[in-house]
Amino acid sequence: METTVSVLQEKRNVKMGIFFLAVSLAIVIFFALNTPVGLTTTFGLNPGAATNAPPLPDLTLPTMGTLWVLAFLAAFTGGWQLARGFKNLNVVLLFVVLLFVFAFMTWAARGKSMNLLGVISASLLRATPIAFGALSGILCERAGVINIAIEGMMLSGAMVSVLVASLFRNYDALNPTTGQPLFPDWFANIGRTLDMYNLSSAVPWYLLLGLLSGLIVGGLLAAFHAWLSIEFKVNQIISGTVINIFSMGITAFLSQRFLQPIQPLNSGGVFTALPIPILSSIPIIGPLLFENRFIVYVLFILVIAIHVMLFYTRWGLRTIAVGEHPKAADTLGVNVYRMRYINVILGGMIAGVGGAYFTIGSVGRFDENMTAGKGFIGLAAMIFGKWTPLGAFGSSLIFGFADALQQKLQIFASQVPIPSEFLLMAPYIITMVVLAGVIGRANPPAADGVPYEKD
Amino acid sequence: MPPVLELRGITKQFPGVLANDNVNLTLEKGEVHALLGENGAGKTTLMNILYGLYKPTKGEIYINGKRAEISGPTDAIRQGIGMVHQHFMLIPVLTVTENVMLGEESIHNGIFLDRKVAAKRIEEISKKYRLEVDPHAYVRDLPVGIQQRVEIIKVLYRQATILILDEPTAVLTPQEVDELFNIMKLLTSQGVSIIFITHKLKEILAVSDRISVIRRGQTVGTAKPTESTEQSLAELMVGRPVELVVQKKKAQPTQPVLLVKNLVIKNDRDRIAVEDVSFEISGGEVLGVAGVQGNGQTELVEAITGLRHAESGSIKIDGQESANKTPRQITEIGVSHVPEDRQRDGLVLSFPIKDNFILNTYYNTFANGIIIDEKKVNETAIKWVEKFDVRTPSIETPAGSLSGGNQQKVIVAREFSRPLKLLIASQPTRGVDVGSIEYIHARIIQKRDEGAAILVVSTELDEVRALSDRIAVMFDGKIVAIVPADQVTKEQLGLLMAGVPKEEVLGVFPQGKTKKGEKL
Repeated sequence: METTVSVLQEKRNVKMGIFFLAVSLAIVIFFALNTPVGLTTTFGLNPGAATNAPPLPDLTLPTMGTLWVLAFLAAFTGGWQLARGFKNLNVVLLFVVLLFVFAFMTWAARGKSMNLLGVISASLLRATPIAFGALSGILCERAGVINIAIEGMMLSGAMVSVLVASLFRNYDALNPTTGQPLFPDWFANIGRTLDMYNLSSAVPWYLLLGLLSGLIVGGLLAAFHAWLSIEFKVNQIISGTVINIFSMGITAFLSQRFLQPIQPLNSGGVFTALPIPILSSIPIIGPLLFENRFIVYVLFILVIAIHVMLFYTRWGLRTIAVGEHPKAADTLGVNVYRMRYINVILGGMIAGVGGAYFTIGSVGRFDENMTAGKGFIGLAAMIFGKWTPLGAFGSSLIFGFADALQQKLQIFASQVPIPSEFLLMAPYIITMVVLAGVIGRANPPAADGVPYEKD
Repeated sequence: MPPVLELRGITKQFPGVLANDNVNLTLEKGEVHALLGENGAGKTTLMNILYGLYKPTKGEIYINGKRAEISGPTDAIRQGIGMVHQHFMLIPVLTVTENVMLGEESIHNGIFLDRKVAAKRIEEISKKYRLEVDPHAYVRDLPVGIQQRVEIIKVLYRQATILILDEPTAVLTPQEVDELFNIMKLLTSQGVSIIFITHKLKEILAVSDRISVIRRGQTVGTAKPTESTEQSLAELMVGRPVELVVQKKKAQPTQPVLLVKNLVIKNDRDRIAVEDVSFEISGGEVLGVAGVQGNGQTELVEAITGLRHAESGSIKIDGQESANKTPRQITEIGVSHVPEDRQRDGLVLSFPIKDNFILNTYYNTFANGIIIDEKKVNETAIKWVEKFDVRTPSIETPAGSLSGGNQQKVIVAREFSRPLKLLIASQPTRGVDVGSIEYIHARIIQKRDEGAAILVVSTELDEVRALSDRIAVMFDGKIVAIVPADQVTKEQLGLLMAGVPKEEVLGVFPQGKTKKGEKL
């Protein structure tokens, strides 16, 4: 097979080389030749808010010169690829794409200033719910159960977490019409007691309770999905769709009926930034990674924990086995159904926590359908990341970056002749392109979506 | 001393089928006990009961004289029973170590997998039983023969003393089969007892100490290999005298019918599966394609029959260029196809037999304008059921409820009843009982003698040798040799199938003969 593989590899290598040259040409034609001489682009290297890290001077670049340098780098990479070839083509491809993106940003902000670190920091925030969704998907699909209900689990988690957080935060709220306390006395007393044991103002107890309830709701919905698809072997896409529709309907109803009219039920507060001592003072990395909200740290820990669990523990080995070849696992005494139940429910819990990010992680209130497809984009990130936690996190960042960049570009709308509607589409277009299989074909777990039947 | 294993009165009733009917079996320490029976006779069901995958309706299992309750694989493993399944139970994306340790993982520091300790134990087993394998290799990269070793290691890793081998030779080359038999002998000499399931008579005589024959779920006899012949075992297995050798005259080749030139085909994963293949078949001759499964035979057949896109090269059938034509266009030239996977590509299982008969002629032969001529369909179906000896309650029976042999006869009836220039038969007798094999082989030879060109693809070397006038060996997407069937031994074919260069294997032939045989 070696010879045949190398023949196809060769074809791909040549295509890639030509693609790199085309990127170079695009930088020249679209950007470099469209730039007046003498302009500069300024990139800010400090995130917007005040941080523990020492401020850095801005990076000011001559726009045209930078574009030509970037074009040259891309051309050189393409030439080298055609003449000699690179070993790790995917890394080189990423590099060239980054060149293009950087060229685009340099050109878009010509004569002006763009906060580069702000964009990257915003990318992380926008990537967070996507990454939660992707991790949730990894747990389910690695065990062989497709979960397209992540969107619905997130939506439910978003609503329930803000509801619970609001209840406990506003335990002494008054009814605006009667002026009487909204909640019974015993309930308010619980709140007063717990107030005395608050850990930190960035992580108040009522938000932790909200987070916990989001986790439970996600877990419950997942248990239902698992029950339908494992016990009754219902088509997993249908079961997932049912949960999505149910979540959308019930949250919209409860929101209209209770959360919108009774404000004390829909103001849970938010986690605020929790800087980690020392680490947060490191320039660039500090403000990016170590000055985040509690939920973002939860994500970091989950990414690493799931990676370790999946590839270095008994649970991980069995999960992979059950997702690849359940019968083989069964003949060795692994309980396929139990593994699948555990994984799907854990995955649902992660989706629920990811949902909480939308409310108590960022805006503190619930709005109808506020997840806006992030759960589905999470699934795309999972596929793009080839069902690995680190890969999925990385691809979530790419989606987050697309989202953050389109928002930033609105400022430069006057000199970027792309309608803002198209920029808004960027994350979704990337999703489609990725799913159409841009970098090789991703192989899902072999038994993904196939119910296991003992004969 | 009580036998290592004793099955008493095992009965298994599936809805509508009595798979095992009061089966008794004993296994002594250190023996190879062969379980012989046709497909569907109930061998695998019996073993799945022993391994705890099925619950018996009735009957008892005794291990070392003690009553054993086996309600799942975990119990079986604990009792020292290990099974190598017909379809390997290996996970391609994991390493050998991970596959072997799964379910019995070595752990360090409380939760982490200890791959080192497991790999060391695997190496010890490898050494002790001469089962060489790299514990760190990924299973997907291993040839089938080695994968089978991994399966055996998996069983020994769990300290099994009773080993069940379910049709272990089906996927192996002849050389690998010999190796497996050596391993089996070594294992029994170290006290392991083996139940060897097969329907191949030669192998039984070569390796077993005792033979039990199962027919229709019942044990119909026990025999010693020293007192048996292939003929006597076949009769015991089928229940009537059978013809084991294909009777045929010397071929009378006429004009070339199929001309394949420099054909290149990709597989589903976009890799090149058939690389620069050229050959021809004349009317009145059978070209057999031998090769281990997965060396491009499937893709080759699919391309010729129009089921798969050919990247480049040409396929000429009866003078017409047919590469990348639709299956219907190719069928209409006069090509018949008995597909490799009859349940997926050959039949619509939920359709009645009579509709399966007309799948590729319903629009012309059996149509009145746009309406199907029901009367003609029914009459033809009744005629064909009789002519091709399809055993079925009626022509309305869904194809899916027939046995494998009868399903295959339905396909044969459909494909052989049209004017035929080229017949492509892929694994024509896979999973078919001995009686039907005899019948299908005779039909193929009959078509040859009527002047059709015939391409037979089979992983069963005996079948290829029995049917073919010339044999093409495929390895790694290429045809590595084309030789006259009567000028090559089974061993030579085995070596060619394993990728040994032609010059090394066929060096013994006089130069002229090889050239003539190749016809290229």
